[in-house]
Formats: sequence, C-alpha cells, structure tokens
Amino acid sequence: MKNEKKYLFDNPNNVKRLLHILYACCVILVVLDFVIHRHTTHDWENLWAFYPIYGFIGCVVLVIVATWMRTFLMRSEDYYDNPTETDAHNDYLDNNTSNNNVLNKKGEHHVDD
Amino acid sequence: MWMIEIPPFVPFFIGALILLFTRGMLRSAIMIAIPIVSAMHLVMVPEGIHLQFTFLEYQLTPYRVDKLSIMFGYVFHIAALIGIIYSLHLRDTMQQVSAMLYAGSALGAVFAGDLLTLFVFWELLAFTSVFLIWARRTQRSYDAGMRYLIIQVLSGVILLVGTLFYAHENNTLAFGYIGLDSVAGWLILIAFGIKCAFPIAHNWLTDAYPEATVTGTVFLSAFTTKVAVYALARAFPGAEILVYIGAAMTCFPIFFAVIENDLRRVLAYSLINQVGFMVVGIGIGTALAINGAVSHAFNDVIFKGLLFMSMGAVLQMTGRINGSDLGGLYKTMPKTTILCIIGAASISAFPLFSGFVSKSMVMSAALEEGYDWIWLMLLFASAGVFHHAGIKIPYFAFFAHDSGLKANDPPNNMLLAMAIAASLCIAIGIYPQALYSLLPYDTGYNPYDATHVLAQTQLLFFSALAFVWLNLKGMYPPELRSTNLDFDWIYRRAMPNTLQHIFSVIWQADRALRDALKLRLNIYLSYFSGKNDRLSFLLSRNYPSGSMVMWVAVVLATYLLLSFIK
Repeated sequence: MKNEKKYLFDNPNNVKRLLHILYACCVILVVLDFVIHRHTTHDWENLWAFYPIYGFIGCVVLVIVATWMRTFLMRSEDYYDNPTETDAHNDYLDNNTSNNNVLNKKGEHHVDD
Repeated sequence: MWMIEIPPFVPFFIGALILLFTRGMLRSAIMIAIPIVSAMHLVMVPEGIHLQFTFLEYQLTPYRVDKLSIMFGYVFHIAALIGIIYSLHLRDTMQQVSAMLYAGSALGAVFAGDLLTLFVFWELLAFTSVFLIWARRTQRSYDAGMRYLIIQVLSGVILLVGTLFYAHENNTLAFGYIGLDSVAGWLILIAFGIKCAFPIAHNWLTDAYPEATVTGTVFLSAFTTKVAVYALARAFPGAEILVYIGAAMTCFPIFFAVIENDLRRVLAYSLINQVGFMVVGIGIGTALAINGAVSHAFNDVIFKGLLFMSMGAVLQMTGRINGSDLGGLYKTMPKTTILCIIGAASISAFPLFSGFVSKSMVMSAALEEGYDWIWLMLLFASAGVFHHAGIKIPYFAFFAHDSGLKANDPPNNMLLAMAIAASLCIAIGIYPQALYSLLPYDTGYNPYDATHVLAQTQLLFFSALAFVWLNLKGMYPPELRSTNLDFDWIYRRAMPNTLQHIFSVIWQADRALRDALKLRLNIYLSYFSGKNDRLSFLLSRNYPSGSMVMWVAVVLATYLLLSFIK
C-alpha cells in the first residue's frame, strides 16, 4: 500500500539500533566506574559495579515477584462490580448454589410469616 | 497595605463564584487570570503572620507565610494554572468551579497558622475535590467518589478530635511542631497519614484517581497528598517512625504498578511511591532531608501532573487507558509521546531532569544519617519507579505492539499545559539553584557531582537493560485485563461479605428461635383451650374475644344501672 506511511520503529533495524545504543551506553557506564573517582560515603558503594548490578537485579526481582503476586491477587476486570461474584477459590461452591440456596443462606428477613 | 491581608484562597473562592455567572471566553480569561494574579500577589507578600483574630478565646491565624508554606503556595499556583489551561476546552461548570474551589482550599490549608483553620480547609479539600471524580458521571466513578469522600472525611474527623485534645493539653491552637509524645500527636499523625496515603490507608488514592475525569485527575494529583506532606513537614519533622513508613511507601506500590493494567492507576501507585520519598525525608528531619522532601514535593506536583496529563490526553483521544488496549500511538500522537517521555525521565530522576535534583537530596540524607537499609530500599524504589513509570507508561501507551488505534494529538490547550510542565521539569533539572533558593534551609547542596550523576545513570541504564532483557526473554508480565486485589479488598469485599455472613447467621438463628417459640405458644394455647372445652363450652376458644368484651361491657353496664337504681 502506497498510502501506508512508514514509521520509525516499523523498521526492525531501527529497534536493533536503539538496543545497540543502550548496550553501548551500559558498557561505557561500567567502564567509567574505573575512570572516575567517586566520593563514596558507604562501603557498599565501593563494591565492583555496585549500582549497575543492584539496578539490574533489583528490577528482575521486582518483575518476578510482581508476576508471582498475580497468581493470588488477580481477579476479573469487573470483580468489584458483581457483589455476588465469589473468589476464584470458591468457584466450585457457586455451581451448587441455586437461587433458592442463596436466599436460604441469607436467611431471609422473616420477621413474621 | 491592606492588600497583603487577603489570603490566597480568597481570590480562588471569589473566582469560583464568578465562574457560575460567566460563559465562554470570559470565563476562560477569568480562570487563567486568577492564579496568575494571585501568584504575583503572593510573590510580594513578606514572611510573617498577616491575619489573626480571636475566636472563643483561641487565637486563630488563617494567613501565615513562612519559608515552608510559601514553597507549597508557589507550586500550588503553578499546578492550578497548568491544570486550568489543560481543562480550557471543557464546557462543564461543575468541574471548573470545583477545581477552582479545590485549588483554593489547598492554598488555604498550607497558609493556615492554626489547627482549626487547617481542619476547615482539610474538609473543604475533600468536599470540593470529590466533584472532580463524580463529574465522570458513571456508576463506577460515583461509587469510587463515595468511598473517597468517606475516607477523606474520616481523616478530617480524626484531625478534629486530635485538635481538641491538643488544644486541651497545650491551651493553644497554633499549628507548629507537634511531635508524638501525646495522644493528640498520634491522632493528628493518623489524620495526616490517611491523606498522605500511608500504607493500608492508601487505597482511596488508587481507587478514586483513575476513576476521575481526564482533567480532574490532574488537579487531584497535585493538591491533596502534597497538603498532607506539608502538614507532616510542619508538625512531625524528625519523627523516626516516618522513615520506616515512608520507606514502605516507596517499595510496595511498585509491585502493584508493574502488574496494573489501567495506566492512570499505575501512575496513582507511583504517586504513593514518590510521596514515600518525601515522608522519608521528613522522618530523617535534617536540614538536607527536609529540603529534599519539600523540593521533591514541588517537583512531583509538576512531573506527576505532566504524566497524568499525557495519559489523560491518551484517554481523551482514544477513549481507552488500559495498557492491554493501547500501543503504537507514537505514530499519531508524536507530541504527546515526547512530552510524556520528558515527564517519565523527570520522575525517574535522570540527571538534567527535575526529579534528580530533589530525590538525590533525600537519598544523600539517608546515607549521611546512617539509615543504610532504608537507603537500599530507596535505591531499589528508584530503580523500580523508572521501571514502571519511566518505561512501562510510555512503552505500553506509545510503543509496544501497534494497537491500530488512530488518534491525533490532543487540542492545543492540552498540549500547551503539558509543554509548560515539561519545560519546568527541564528548567529545574538544568538550573536547580532557582529551586534551591526558595527552600527552607540553606545547605549548599550540589546534585551535579560526578559521583551522584554516574551512580544514578548506572542505576537507571541497567534497570532499562533489565526491562529489555526480560522483554526479549518473554518474562515481562503481559498487560492483562484484570483487577488486582489490594488492601481495599478488606472494605470492599471482605467486610461486606463478613457482615452479610454474620447477619445471615443472625437471621437464621432468629428464625429458628421464633419458630420454636411460636410452636411452644401454639402447644400451650391448644392445651388450655382443650382444657376449657372440657370445662364449659362458653369459655371455649371457638368464641371470638369480641363476644367476651361485649359480655364484660354488659356486666359493667348492669352494675352501673344497679348503682343508679339504689
């Protein structure tokens, strides 16, 4: 199609270029660690490549833990909109409860028959 | 000069009144003029107490200007102006008036010199802002607004009780250092903490802000939490407990932010994370830390506003805000993309952007005061905030897969507001001395030394590398349409369910008891009636009680008659 305009990242090479720039920056930053003299106030800062390693591992741990949190925190999008919708774990209960049972469960308001 | 005595909230309140009677261009002009005129007035006001009177034997000070309050005064004016420009295209009196009142209440609160005035504006903040949520006019926003209002008013009531205790103990209402050595102090801390989104009291924010209108969220993000930060900085500087609360606030929301789908809710979580940095600074309490907290609040109002505006623009133009629906918008919304990236770089504290010059102060202060573990948590949170606000927001909205949505850049007034915020972010980042000269203390701090710049850049670039690596490995959690449970589950699901359960048990027990009693009663009745049947048929239960009454009446009437005859 002639009308279809080509955009910057439609070309996979551009994405690759961007990533290579990022990799290069990372390498340069680690090398700079040896060139620039730091005024450290804490022992940990003197460890080899402390900040890069901490940043990388921190983010990986963050994402892995967050993904794991999904296993017990995630519900359907309209979870709060349906007050009758039970938690995922109680789904098997739902199948057995007919409408009558729900009424019985609530005990009705039965003040006088 | 008498003009000095006009507190900054007055022009905003009067302006809101005028808005009710104006339309079109005139209304727009008035809305823009008010924050500008009021800000120019504020610049000329010297420090000191400008308004004071006695009420029920207590000294009230509705207008006090000092280094701490004027800092927030300035940024609230900037935020109000940016928000107003952003919402110029609106034709919604309710939103415009309530935004004006809301900004005025925030200004009233930060210039309040006594606790009673603070309480009044504290409650006004809640009542005026809730309309910005309700203005979305959906059932969801109505419910969220209700929950928001209840929690905010609760905070106000606790503040009032704390104030009464405080006035009783100290015989003054002056709002200064309060400290935590009395019940009053704790109550007031809890009240401030609710508005400040302390952990487990934070869900009003993540619940309500994403449900507000496009323009409403921009106002909301600026004022309420920052008023609370100001109040904490005034009343509890150096309270050690705040260091730990703040550190928790920086860390836990980033996990939720990573898995959240609604991008404005991601920003709401990251708002809590940023407020956490400020709370840590206030808790450390040294001159450098307080400076860091206040300047970070200043910067956060602007860059968080910018991010909310850019996401608002996306919502406005596409009608969607879920990460799972968006993507590839850089093609058709290039200006918004660039402005959003500037906001993202600022919140991530890239050198030369505004977040860097303020956040590094809090981090340095934490290290200097020997809070090693807290410092590690803050460092983790810095990497995390880049991960979810710096990368995730622009990536899923503007890049990622092409969603096929065709939208244009938003109207010019929205772009202008974003451009103003973006230029402030860059200007403060490049020339932080302008900001530093306004700060409460003079610490001679310089963020741009090789150590800081290198450390922060390394941290950020390797966080980005982690994002790229996880994405290429396919380990990055995809955006899914979902609700993630948070603490609000307790009061939105668990408590109603438990109550319902308890009541159903009560109803059932009540029913059983009642049935048993009735059965007993019936047995006794039939027993007696059976007995009576055997005695005489006149007393039988088959006769209606009416006949009994009639016979009693006949007997009494006979007595009466006999007494006359005698």
